[in-house]
Amino acid sequence: MAYSFPEEVLEHVFSFLSSDRDRNAVSLVCKSWYDIERWCRRRIFVGNCYAVSPEIVIRRFPELRAVEMKGKPHFADFNLVPEGWGAYAYPWIAAMEEAYPFLEEIKLKRMVVTDESLELISKSYKSFKVLVLTSCEGFTTDGLASIAANCRHLRELDLRESEVEDLSGHWLSHFPDSCTSLVSLNMSCLGSEVSFCALERLVARSPNLRTLRLNRAVPLERLANLIRRAPQLVELGTGAYSAEIRSDTFSNLADAFSACKQLKALSGFWDVVPSYLPAMYSVCSGITSLNLSYAAIPSSDLVKLISQCQNLQRLWVLDYIEDSGLDALAASCKDLQELRVFPSDPFGAEPNVSLTEQGLVSVSEGCPKLESVLYFCRQMSNAALIAIAKNRPNFIRFRLCIIDPQAPDYLTLEPLDAGFGAIVEKCKELRRLSMTGLLTDRVFKYIGSHAKKLEMLSIAFAGDSDLGLHHVLSGCDSLRKLEIRDCPFGDKALLANAAKLETMRSLWMSSCSVSFGACKLLAQKMPRLNVEVIDERGPPDSRPEGCSVERAYVYRTVASRQRLDMPDFVWTHDEDSSLRYS
Amino acid sequence: MDSDLNLKATELRLGLPGTTDAISPPKNNKRSSPDSDSAPSPPKAQIVGWPPIRSYRKNNLAEAESGSFVKVSMDGAPYLRKIDLKVYNGYLELLEGLEKMFKLTIGEYSEREGYKGSEYAPAYEDKDGDLMLVGDVPWEMFESSCKKLRIMKASDARGLGCAV
Repeated sequence: MAYSFPEEVLEHVFSFLSSDRDRNAVSLVCKSWYDIERWCRRRIFVGNCYAVSPEIVIRRFPELRAVEMKGKPHFADFNLVPEGWGAYAYPWIAAMEEAYPFLEEIKLKRMVVTDESLELISKSYKSFKVLVLTSCEGFTTDGLASIAANCRHLRELDLRESEVEDLSGHWLSHFPDSCTSLVSLNMSCLGSEVSFCALERLVARSPNLRTLRLNRAVPLERLANLIRRAPQLVELGTGAYSAEIRSDTFSNLADAFSACKQLKALSGFWDVVPSYLPAMYSVCSGITSLNLSYAAIPSSDLVKLISQCQNLQRLWVLDYIEDSGLDALAASCKDLQELRVFPSDPFGAEPNVSLTEQGLVSVSEGCPKLESVLYFCRQMSNAALIAIAKNRPNFIRFRLCIIDPQAPDYLTLEPLDAGFGAIVEKCKELRRLSMTGLLTDRVFKYIGSHAKKLEMLSIAFAGDSDLGLHHVLSGCDSLRKLEIRDCPFGDKALLANAAKLETMRSLWMSSCSVSFGACKLLAQKMPRLNVEVIDERGPPDSRPEGCSVERAYVYRTVASRQRLDMPDFVWTHDEDSSLRYS
Repeated sequence: MDSDLNLKATELRLGLPGTTDAISPPKNNKRSSPDSDSAPSPPKAQIVGWPPIRSYRKNNLAEAESGSFVKVSMDGAPYLRKIDLKVYNGYLELLEGLEKMFKLTIGEYSEREGYKGSEYAPAYEDKDGDLMLVGDVPWEMFESSCKKLRIMKASDARGLGCAV
């Protein structure tokens, strides 16, 4: 007996499903569910722009309203992906222009976006609302001017950490007087000054503005006026937080802050003059997120500020906070969930601050809800890591970066295998792990045995042999992204675990021991894997057989393995002649 | 699994300072001045992309720390460059650096007449936002007050050299 609901009923039921996972599961039930679901899907997330093509997406999902996409692999953030590799947004933007006249949202991460693309976006969609460009590059403030001028119903313009060629601040003045829909504006990555009058007027006529992240060029003297016009702000990023010390500037600022009863997140704080920090004290008890990672503030002033923020959930800070500041954090902020400590002098030979593993131990002891950590330091011990693991079995993200990448346990001079082993063993919900320090194959054995929920793993300068890689690939059931640099991992482990690679989004290996021959073999064996050899030294087959490739980027794809925008330093499998890489 | 594959023999990787492997070139463009007798130990050879900090953050740190990175624009050029003033020990080195970077020649400086004998003259924007001719003030004062550099066409720069 076959049940069948009318399509409209199923569509209505599906409309309650927002998660991609649920929708993907639904579409696998049967052909008719697949069809109904694809017509009513409104949002998609593409984790790797090369895993699929615009044509395939458009064919399957004809009625999208929101597209989110990622381009370059994560290690591109650290200049490990050569310029010109790819991740161009334009082909997608151009294809979507025709297919999705009602598109409202585009969110891109690590992609190359040109002014042309931005202009196309601004002119193609009548109801365009949200543009978020995270760590993107390739456009100038002219592109922003198009968006400002043409997107009548713009709600969000967020350029977080993108590299924008700053021709002038004039783009902001292109928002027409009729534009009153802004909810979120993040221009913190821009360099040049915008017209302060235009900015003030824009803020004044945007009653729904919740997020305003200014750039460094907005001086402190202007901040009070801006905040006064938007007391409903929930997230504020200041500009430069410095000015001559004057009591009227101070009281003006303090008054303005005290009117912001909804403020939850603060960021910005370039060039901080500590005497102005108390101007914010009135809002501190409501603050849940504080980003001071550009602020060179001495530990004592940091402590004064942080101890006012008892409801703090997320703190990003420079290592000026030192161990003593982290002790204070542990004592005051019992709701802390995420901590990131960045190095103030990453290239200095000697430590410039007193921040050690002890700070992290304190916070792990004192903050019961701590689940996400990014910590840069100069020394670590197995004892500390073991203590941290015991204190905080609820870690979801644990990223440790020791400045000297092969530093051993500074107390015993042993590898840090036992320490990280404890982390993966105790933290059963761990989804993301980055490791540094002296590490042997043993740590990978621990990871393979225990880290069953691990989705992303970053490894550098670690391991002894292919066994290390083999442990990870064969043991980590939930692994989606693996990125490796400068490790002695090579052909054997890769080929033995070829099938595993198709269950993952991607694998990045640079400066390892992977040969061109193995890449060819892998690509032949696995038709749904694109094996990109990224090598700037010229054709890989012009070098001896055993020579390692500079970089291999392996990802599953249903699109063509010979992407049309491949630069001359990338080689992939040539479908026409099975053994030759063109 | 064969665990003693001596991979080190064929492996190609970036080595760390202190190891015998090939070291990637130092990132710093610091040029030591010819007569430095109290030269500090050479900068630690830096590994590409290490520590893993985004360039956005690195640039911000550099500016916060030394405040010495300045943008350099050249009239007619499509994009700007950025230099670290701390790298140079005086005007001579700075001008040489600019000449190399933009492939041009800057004439000779004189207090009275500015830069003679070339198409270009270097100017800078100081803390007050005024456009000044490079070379008029002592180097240390210039270093701390220069916010932006601009290589102007000498014809446009005529007026700057005459403020006496």
